[in-house]
Amino acid sequence: MSTILKNVTKQYDQDKKVLDNVSAEIQTGEFFVIVGPSGCGKSTLLRMIAGLTQISEGTIKIEDRVVNDLSPKDRNLTMVFQSYALFPFLSVWDNVAFGLKARKADKADIEKRVNDALKMVNLEELRDRKPRELSGGQRQRVALARAVASDAKICLMDEPLSNLDAQLRIKMRQEIYALQRKLGLTLIYVTHDQVEAMTMADHIMVLNDSKIQQVGTPEEIYQHPANEFVASFFGVPPINILPAQKVSEAILQVNSDFEVTLPHPIAHANVRVGIRPTDMKVVDSDELHANATIKAVEFLGNEKIVHAKMSHGGEVSVIVSSEEVFQPYQNVEITADSEFLLFDVDGKNITNKGAVTHA
Amino acid sequence: MAENNKSLPKRILTYVLLIALALVILAPFFIGIWTSFLPTMNIAKGDLFSTNLSFDNYVAAFTKTPILRYLANSFVISTLTMVAQLLFCSMSAYAFVFLKFKGRNILFGLFLVTMMLPFEAQIIPNFQTVKFLGMLDNYSVLIVPFLTSAFGTFMLRQSFKQTPAELKEASDIEGLNHFQFYWNVVLPYNKISMITLGAYSFLGAWNQYLWPMLTTFSNNSRVIQNGLRQLQSEETFNDWRMIQASAAIIVIPTIIVLFIGQHYFKSGLNEGAVK
Amino acid sequence: MLKSPTTEEAIEKKQASSKKRSTFKLNANDKYFSLLFLGPSLLILGLFVFYPMIKTFYISMFLTNTLGKTSVFAGFSNYAELLTSPDFLNSLVVTLAYVLGVTFFTLAISLLLANLASKKLPGIGIFRTLYSVTMGVSVSVAAIFWLFIFNPSTGFFAIIANALKLTPINWLTDPSNAMWAVIITTVWMNLGFTFLILLGAIESVPQTLYEAASVEGASPRFQFFKITLPMISPTLFFVSTITIIDAFKSFGLIDLITKGGPTNATNMLVYRIYKDAFYSGNYAQASTEAIILTVIIAAFTLLQFKFLEKKVNY
Repeated sequence: MSTILKNVTKQYDQDKKVLDNVSAEIQTGEFFVIVGPSGCGKSTLLRMIAGLTQISEGTIKIEDRVVNDLSPKDRNLTMVFQSYALFPFLSVWDNVAFGLKARKADKADIEKRVNDALKMVNLEELRDRKPRELSGGQRQRVALARAVASDAKICLMDEPLSNLDAQLRIKMRQEIYALQRKLGLTLIYVTHDQVEAMTMADHIMVLNDSKIQQVGTPEEIYQHPANEFVASFFGVPPINILPAQKVSEAILQVNSDFEVTLPHPIAHANVRVGIRPTDMKVVDSDELHANATIKAVEFLGNEKIVHAKMSHGGEVSVIVSSEEVFQPYQNVEITADSEFLLFDVDGKNITNKGAVTHA
Repeated sequence: MAENNKSLPKRILTYVLLIALALVILAPFFIGIWTSFLPTMNIAKGDLFSTNLSFDNYVAAFTKTPILRYLANSFVISTLTMVAQLLFCSMSAYAFVFLKFKGRNILFGLFLVTMMLPFEAQIIPNFQTVKFLGMLDNYSVLIVPFLTSAFGTFMLRQSFKQTPAELKEASDIEGLNHFQFYWNVVLPYNKISMITLGAYSFLGAWNQYLWPMLTTFSNNSRVIQNGLRQLQSEETFNDWRMIQASAAIIVIPTIIVLFIGQHYFKSGLNEGAVK
Repeated sequence: MLKSPTTEEAIEKKQASSKKRSTFKLNANDKYFSLLFLGPSLLILGLFVFYPMIKTFYISMFLTNTLGKTSVFAGFSNYAELLTSPDFLNSLVVTLAYVLGVTFFTLAISLLLANLASKKLPGIGIFRTLYSVTMGVSVSVAAIFWLFIFNPSTGFFAIIANALKLTPINWLTDPSNAMWAVIITTVWMNLGFTFLILLGAIESVPQTLYEAASVEGASPRFQFFKITLPMISPTLFFVSTITIIDAFKSFGLIDLITKGGPTNATNMLVYRIYKDAFYSGNYAQASTEAIILTVIIAAFTLLQFKFLEKKVNY
């Protein structure tokens, strides 16, 4: 009882693959987030699951049934669109009832389901309004109610929050999460926002360049990213990536600016080091010992982000406590502890922490 | 409607339907043009499938009838009407959008009322007017009453209203007067609507029937629509093929023009319909 | 008085703020320019629309001689006489039948064509072009093409019927068939334009609405009736009013195909006005008919304006 993607590929032109060999298993009842930058193929993947886009190669199985050639209406799922896809000429109530009427459900059943769905998203009072009379957040709720009212157990969402302002987005994020838990829906959710992925997902699939980069829980993805792309996609500000050379069995020279101790021996002479902004240190320094110059300081309240230019090229961001005082053009010395990730020159994670890295 | 999720038989069925409908719509053209190549003899015998094709009917149409003169008349009159309507409609539309003057709304209301009054209901006094002005059987009688149109003004006004206010402000700062702003900014900015109105007014003039029939009597000013009627009533039935050929001569260029201009026309039509 | 449509009000509101900023003050300059810009149009409309309209109404209140000179004031008696004359009522009924037939078939067929041509299939562009082809056909050409098809002895239909050993239909000599002949020709001429407008409307329906519906389990037929039709209903209404108005004003085809016959079966309003005025010299009666036509057209135009107002609200 799950949704299984096996070697799914989408190809429009002869040599251009939009999705390349994507395989994954989505467990029934889980919150599964597909995340990636724009153009990575994530929406295409979702549309292929929905049946709106044909699959070029591979199979998609829903509950042990290959659905490749099934039309969307026969896949028994619901979908929330980025633009909500509300019917402008129908009232809120009729919008929610649309799918049930299309499937010719029993009248009393429609009545009950629609009312329950509207209650669940707090829209009972607005049932007779037209979509144009609603705010962005309310329209979003109608779209959600439509998904809720359906008896389909799989719900697809394509960037449902991207048309909302920042505050509303946080609120709706929580509502969607709560709904998913309450109804036990299998929710497949596409977004470009790593925060949404981190905060809601049971499992995350990271897509880039038409390929799966990693599938894992938020913790796995953050702590054991499969490669440089995944590492830099998650975390604000993003992880600092700097080139490094092995100077001895235990010592790495990072960017010719500072040294770190290797936690374990590595075979490569040249590597790249990824250090989270929270794992770096900045101290004031005289010109002689300085290895960086501060470019800008951002005050965030309980902390500050220091952006600095390294002496030997490259820029880093470091999070410091808000009491510390730094000025632009100040000479500083930047160092790091042993908390860092190692990547080979191709970007693959070679940190050995006994971690499970999915690929 | 979802992307190519259709099964093969369904697709074939759709194509069959598409082709069948296209054939029905095009049939009158095919039949008309095909028979215009046949000798009248064959038709009279009910023989539609003769191989005895010739251009004789076309040669006859060109040499024995004033069809070229009719076409030229229609072309000149339609072109002049189009140019005049573009100019005068855009000017009055400009006044309604960019000029502030007393009674603007009342005047615009009058223009709207005009759109409700069919020209067909005004032919009696209009006939007396043009007769009084000595314009009968002359190009002017087919052009002057149609120098402007309320519909054209209305349509361009809707379009001009979409011109960003910033353009007006920038032009004011640059010190453009109304005429410069109208000519250098508003007209180029609303090019598509102008092209649409141009096509619309040209076709409108080209398809005039009742008014030219009332007001022109000689081949010097007779337009093609009435020209065909004239041929039809003058010629005996023996020359029916020649009339068929004349119709083909007229329709082929218009269709070519239409295909070329279709893109503009369609976007313009929908703009007009929606805004 | 006419209320200006809401579409404009919306635009006005949108531009109101910026307009206030810009130079829209009453000044002498604007007054001068407005005279220059509006003058020509006002002159033409005054002379060829307003004056004849008032004149027509004026004549309709009098009795006239055959030269069109008004003689005795008759009040509304011309109207009373006309509206009780079986001959005129026949014209009215015939016109209504024609308008109904033309509008129904034009819309139904165009809708079918537009819906088919909106499908995303290879080569669909060719069909779109072919379906819009009758837009390039003028009245006289259409009449000549179809006259040949309808001709009772040597026409295309007759030839087919003879070949199949059937009795040919008397298209132009039988009253009800003549009406059909005129309707068929008109519908054929209308198709191109109506098709293009409806196609545009169907294409502008957001694709996600169909996607949402198909995920929710709606069949193509359900989608057509529950999404396409409601979404394009404003445009449908718009083209219906245009078709209705044009049909009421039909003259060319009648004159070319049936000349109002047989036995007045296709003697429609405008044809009647023409004959009463320019054949019989009965100007008072023709003017009265012209005013009745105007009232009908004005009513439908008003309906159309009302539609523009509703448009944005669905």
